[in-house]
Amino acid sequence: MAIDYALRMGDGKKIFLSKDQLLEEIEAGSADAADLGEIPSLSGDELAKLSEILMMPGKTVSVEQGMEVPVTHDIGTLRIDGDQGNSGVGIPSSRLVGCMMHERAFGSDTMELGHIDYSYKPVKPVVANECQAMEVCQQNMIVPMLYGAMPNMGLYYTPDGPFENPGDLMKAFKIQEAWESMEHAAEHLTRDTVWVMQRLFASGADGINFDTTGAAGDADMYGTLHAIEALRKEFPNIYIEAGMAGECVLGMHGQLEYDGKTLAGLWPHEQAPLIEKAGANVFGPVCNTNTSKTSAWNLARAVTFMKAAVKASNIPCHVDMGMGVGGIPMLETPPIDAVTRASKAMVEIAGVDGI
Amino acid sequence: MGMPISHIMASGMTGIRAAGDLVARMEFAKNMRIGEAKEYVAKKLGVEKAELSDEYVMREIREELDIGVITSVPRAAKGIAAKMNIEKLLDIKINCCEKFRKQIE
Repeated sequence: MAIDYALRMGDGKKIFLSKDQLLEEIEAGSADAADLGEIPSLSGDELAKLSEILMMPGKTVSVEQGMEVPVTHDIGTLRIDGDQGNSGVGIPSSRLVGCMMHERAFGSDTMELGHIDYSYKPVKPVVANECQAMEVCQQNMIVPMLYGAMPNMGLYYTPDGPFENPGDLMKAFKIQEAWESMEHAAEHLTRDTVWVMQRLFASGADGINFDTTGAAGDADMYGTLHAIEALRKEFPNIYIEAGMAGECVLGMHGQLEYDGKTLAGLWPHEQAPLIEKAGANVFGPVCNTNTSKTSAWNLARAVTFMKAAVKASNIPCHVDMGMGVGGIPMLETPPIDAVTRASKAMVEIAGVDGI
Repeated sequence: MGMPISHIMASGMTGIRAAGDLVARMEFAKNMRIGEAKEYVAKKLGVEKAELSDEYVMREIREELDIGVITSVPRAAKGIAAKMNIEKLLDIKINCCEKFRKQIE
């Protein structure tokens, strides 16, 4: 009788696969990434290693001793005190308490401070509050302490911002106007992020985390790359981490370039050199989870993309492995068996520098 | 909440319980890849790379070098004081330490 192995679907539901079915899934997942990104699929040895990790009997697994990597954090303390029906658990606590809990109780290698709305634009009216919080945190913390938020360029479009929504303009066939709206929004995104961080660096922040770069498409990434460039020029020694929103840069504009490279349609291994060129220290590549596929398929696909990104990058790659990315199921409470298997595979097969 | 803790337990260097903060600092401060960052920190601490994640080894070293531990040891450096010692150990500058020094000039 064939032994079945407990795995997950991309939405977290438990499933059981035979070894042959599992091998088919990881081969197909890796082949999908290779096809889309025009990158090598995993070798026979790597597929065998991945299948071993997925078939390990324990509920949790871990990397081999000596292979540990730093784990950096996005969202800051919002996972403690925030509660928007997603990753926050709504425990009433100050952000300093949240940071110290991460450092002294949870074993975090770095930490970040973030605003409850977690985008750079809404930080502007309350920047003095953020600076105070950063100073208090820096006085008490020892691990590297970044300030993090999302570029979130969608906030610059009507009804939330000053520029007409390019989606509405495109529906009216006003293509030129849509392009101009995105370009203006990108300029404001760059300007606002630099303005906010000038103040936070004056208050002692170790660095900045751009979380979910490119969420509003290629213009979002364009604005972020220019913000990285400006910050690096003004602050040569600060830490800059840029994590992506998705595996492929969506071509909402389609014609924006950085360093002579069209941004629309870039995959993780093509994004890495541009992030590095702009002046970031750490790149956070993403591979999205398909909820209709198995965790074996998703993880093989994610490891294939990340291995290529790690190879293409000269700066450390801290793969994004939150809910719904990096082979992790798309669920507020991702099952620990799936999280630890993805974690181990990313370190031992993709060779990431951190998570 | 369980997701980041799961990552830390499965793959992390456990921050100031061991030497995770120091390795992370070298990745951020000097763009070092994981192997180079571990090599650099291990050399500065006089330990093997594998010992950077060993809480038993690092607890004693962190107390000796006064670079911060998770518990409230009396008279031990905390916060910016601990980070000033990390600056000297790793031969780097830390932004909040620079700002602190300017305020007491």
